[in-house]
Amino acid sequence: MTDSQRRIKVLLGKPGLDGHDQGAKVVARAMMDAGFEVIYTGLRQTPEQIARIALEEDVDVISLSSMAGSHLPFCRKLKPLLEADGLTDKLWVIGGNLPAQDHAALRELGFKGIFPSGSKLDAICDYIRKEVK
Amino acid sequence: MKKVINESGIEVKPLYTAADVEASGGMEMVGEPGQYPFTRGIHRDMYRKQPWTMRQYAGFGNPADTNQRFKYLIANGQTGLNVAFDLPTQIGLDSDDPLAEGEIGRVGMSIDTLRDFEIAFDGIDLKKITVSLTINGAAAILIAMYLAMAEKRGYDVKELRGTAQNDILKEFIGRGTWIFPVEPSIRLVGDTIEYCATHAPKYTPVSVCGYHIRESGATPAQEMAYAFSIAKAYADDAIKRGLSVDEFAGRLSYNFNIFGNIFEQVCKFRAGRSLWAKIMKEEYGAEKPGSMWLRMIAAGGGGGLTFEQPEVNIVRGAYYALISALSGTQTMALCSYDEAYTIPTEYSARISLRTMQLLVEEMGLAETVDPLAGSFYVETMTNEMRKKMEEIMAETDAQGGIVKMVSEGTIQAKVSSQAYLMQRKIESGEFPKVGVNCYRNEQEEDHPVEFHPYNEADAQVQIDNLKRTRAERDNTRVDAALSRLRQDAAAGRNVMPALVEAVKAYASVGEMTKELVNVFGRYQEPIRF
Repeated sequence: MTDSQRRIKVLLGKPGLDGHDQGAKVVARAMMDAGFEVIYTGLRQTPEQIARIALEEDVDVISLSSMAGSHLPFCRKLKPLLEADGLTDKLWVIGGNLPAQDHAALRELGFKGIFPSGSKLDAICDYIRKEVK
Repeated sequence: MKKVINESGIEVKPLYTAADVEASGGMEMVGEPGQYPFTRGIHRDMYRKQPWTMRQYAGFGNPADTNQRFKYLIANGQTGLNVAFDLPTQIGLDSDDPLAEGEIGRVGMSIDTLRDFEIAFDGIDLKKITVSLTINGAAAILIAMYLAMAEKRGYDVKELRGTAQNDILKEFIGRGTWIFPVEPSIRLVGDTIEYCATHAPKYTPVSVCGYHIRESGATPAQEMAYAFSIAKAYADDAIKRGLSVDEFAGRLSYNFNIFGNIFEQVCKFRAGRSLWAKIMKEEYGAEKPGSMWLRMIAAGGGGGLTFEQPEVNIVRGAYYALISALSGTQTMALCSYDEAYTIPTEYSARISLRTMQLLVEEMGLAETVDPLAGSFYVETMTNEMRKKMEEIMAETDAQGGIVKMVSEGTIQAKVSSQAYLMQRKIESGEFPKVGVNCYRNEQEEDHPVEFHPYNEADAQVQIDNLKRTRAERDNTRVDAALSRLRQDAAAGRNVMPALVEAVKAYASVGEMTKELVNVFGRYQEPIRF
């Protein structure tokens, strides 16, 4: 990356009520070490909060860390908000405890990058670097 | 020969002799089981008299669904219950709160009012089966609800046993079900300790959890050291209220994690038992032996289980149970092999239960107290683990104490940084993890995991039940109780009597939480890396 290139800016959100943030914080650190600018939201974000931060911060990547099984209802609410804010050209990524049977539904909701438990930190960062042009 | 350092940072030698035991401090702290400093166990006869309580974590959906699972586990020989609540309940939201949408009954059972507790524990003998409530932010409310439910069922609350997790400080470090700011949160823990000391003297209002701190990235020595610092913060609050240490310390308990090196784990528990006894006796002046006991649940932790090759987690679980037995725990639980994926099915929960039963029935683990005592390695490592924990506690004090560190987020930053470094070591292969960075299956086969079904219609049933309860209850009585709760909270009085009254009037968890939030405010998470 040359100095003239903008650093990749990533929103990393913890959606819903779950407090298991070890994974999110580990991924946030990996993204920082990869040279990304990371905006970590902290716990208990609503879809509205995530959409607002994504818009205000003008991020390249909107990523979520979900561990407690409410990823589908949350993403169903988030999608129209991101669309209304014109954020469909951003890269939407989700990681965490995401059963394989839900991946197709998440893709349909616009989440292009899906990183279930067991994903490697470098794989997540490499993917983001490749997808954000 | 390659140097080996355990996770706690202590060098492990290829051979230990009597000289190592001497050099590490000798056998002075070993003593006898049931006698100070309790290294070998808090009771003389330990499992020969009574095997550990088996208490699998369970709860999902509506109270009726959970009641069924409880009865299934009891029918299969489980001797205690460990209740899982859904996230709305854990952070004090009613099921009809818009923020609860999509989360009702998902990671535990949904509780709104006393009516739900009546259903959840229907037909369960609360004298025979002790119940542990995994609740923290909303613990004061749920303890009040449990006591009220038992009283309504005709039990003498003075004789009632049971446990609430109610360790809010660790919740700020990991797990995250906080509601109120740090100071009023500690005050609420103090309210429960003070109330139970007189009204429910056999009830254990707090179970201090190293467990989740370890899951968040702490080493085994830090896990126990931080838990002790937290317990001391609660004890200090109780003493400030005028309680004597012997009035409450016997009803404090602990929840610890097991994964990793077998000997490091066993020595962690042996060392921790004597260190806690020493703290209570020497620093707090405790006189009753019960006040010095490290009573605990030692649970096979999710942090050691893998998403890859999940069936291998059954074997890991068996080793964790072995460690737990060798450690002299009072209660045991195991994460089930499928817990990296889903809520355990009846099938996987039963495998965990059978794993623990095998140790008692077939393997001889309940026959002899502290069987590893006297081993050069175990006694040396026990001494070294104790020293390590003391160092960490001293460091914590030097940095202003655990409450300050939690408030400022410095502990959180420290353990999450360690979690990151550990994840890097796992990904580089430096820290071996079978099935993850070595012995991987080249062709990942379909995982033999059956997903726990989530019934979205259950949420509506719960909301309808709440609405019915609100319509049927005496709302004048509810309003009066909530108003008293608000006044008591604002005046700095113990809120437990008002909570018990509100619960009995069928006030909801969300209604009571709102009153307390109006007085205490909400916690703002410090975000530090």
